[in-house]
Amino acid sequence: MIAIVDYGVGNLFSLKSSFKAIGVDAVTTSDPEIIEKAEKIILPGVGAFGDAAEKLFSSGLAKVVVDQVKKGKALLGICLGMQLLFDKSLEYGEHKGLGLIKGEIRPIQDVIPSDYKVPHIGWNALNFGKNKSPLFKYLNEGDHVYFVHSFYGAKCEDSVIATTEYGATLTAAVGKDNVYGCQFHPEKSGNVGLNILKAFCEME
Amino acid sequence: MITKRIIPCLDVKDGRVVKGVNFQGLSDVSSPVELGKYYSENGADELVFYDITASSDGRALFTDILKEVASTIFIPLTVGGGINSLDDFDRVLKCGADKVSVNSGAIKNPDLIYQAAKRYGDQCVVLSVDAKRVDGVYKVFAKGGRENTGMDALEWIKRGVDNGAGEIVINSIDTDGVKKGFDLEMLSAVCDIVSVPVIASGGAGGIEDFIKLFKTLPKVDAGLAASIFHFGEVKINDLKLQLKANGIPVRLK
Repeated sequence: MIAIVDYGVGNLFSLKSSFKAIGVDAVTTSDPEIIEKAEKIILPGVGAFGDAAEKLFSSGLAKVVVDQVKKGKALLGICLGMQLLFDKSLEYGEHKGLGLIKGEIRPIQDVIPSDYKVPHIGWNALNFGKNKSPLFKYLNEGDHVYFVHSFYGAKCEDSVIATTEYGATLTAAVGKDNVYGCQFHPEKSGNVGLNILKAFCEME
Repeated sequence: MITKRIIPCLDVKDGRVVKGVNFQGLSDVSSPVELGKYYSENGADELVFYDITASSDGRALFTDILKEVASTIFIPLTVGGGINSLDDFDRVLKCGADKVSVNSGAIKNPDLIYQAAKRYGDQCVVLSVDAKRVDGVYKVFAKGGRENTGMDALEWIKRGVDNGAGEIVINSIDTDGVKKGFDLEMLSAVCDIVSVPVIASGGAGGIEDFIKLFKTLPKVDAGLAASIFHFGEVKINDLKLQLKANGIPVRLK
């Protein structure tokens, strides 16, 4: 069973449905016991980093998730959920993240040309570099996924497992040991996205 | 490189897709779920479901169908039609919509865009505008394009973006249904004043019109159409292959 952490941020309908579509049992939950029992954890999220981090920490779910990861359980953060894995974010002030991925979240305006639109919204191609992560075992270089974001993961060179080009090379996904994160939405990226979720579920 | 999006629009009334659909090989061409699936498997980058039901029974049916669509189709879904309040946003977002398109609801209550953007984020709010030239000026039309509101369309769009609309759909009444191409002049005027994604609607008659759209106006992010896709006059995959051959970035299967 996969636990989708529900800490009051965003709409989990499509995410839950996408696991059903690949035949994996997933529950949306804020119950620490269920998260502890789950084989793997999904950390979703949309909206502002500060609000989401506040909800995650004040509910105690941050600690539950981090403890499980330290015990070796696989975690996948999606969109804002990926950003929350980082040490900190500079979105409207400075906010602390879960510290599971070394690096920080910064505005994409810092690196993209001024005539590029913000947010970066739409389908863009993934580049994997030399070593393809097991998360992308069913994908081909250049497969497209759906992005919606105005901030990106910076100073995380050691953890980057996929990038995308938007006037600059942006972090598209990170992975370090049993912790993974996708800046894009696999649950909105058609079969390519479902294949990422499937690969995550199949990890040892 | 970000790709140009191709978006079919499905008008739904009493739970069925209306506006003549003509497909071979689909068991039920008027089923929003079947048609949505067909488009999704054939290269659509996003789907727009437009609820044109007037009755409340029909509205409940629409949200049931939306749920079914969102349980089986995993690409972005935009929902429009009858969105007049934050409760309406809530109703469709809970059923799996990713973005909500406002038109008349925002004209009646201009604060709706600001409130919705604050609660759900700019990326969730799409401002859809029906515009038409009146004495050489673009005016906003309401009630499905039947009523001139007197408002200047460019000012209205600028205001909508300032209030938090994250995308703009421009439907030119002047070119809609004529099938002689998108309204490049109107779209260009809109692209000049906003920095959010612009979706062109109204006038596509064939593949050439999409090529011309993206070549002439590189700032346009997406093309939306209904009948040319529904009648099978243009197959989305063929369209995308042609766009690619013309150097326009697209997502291919």
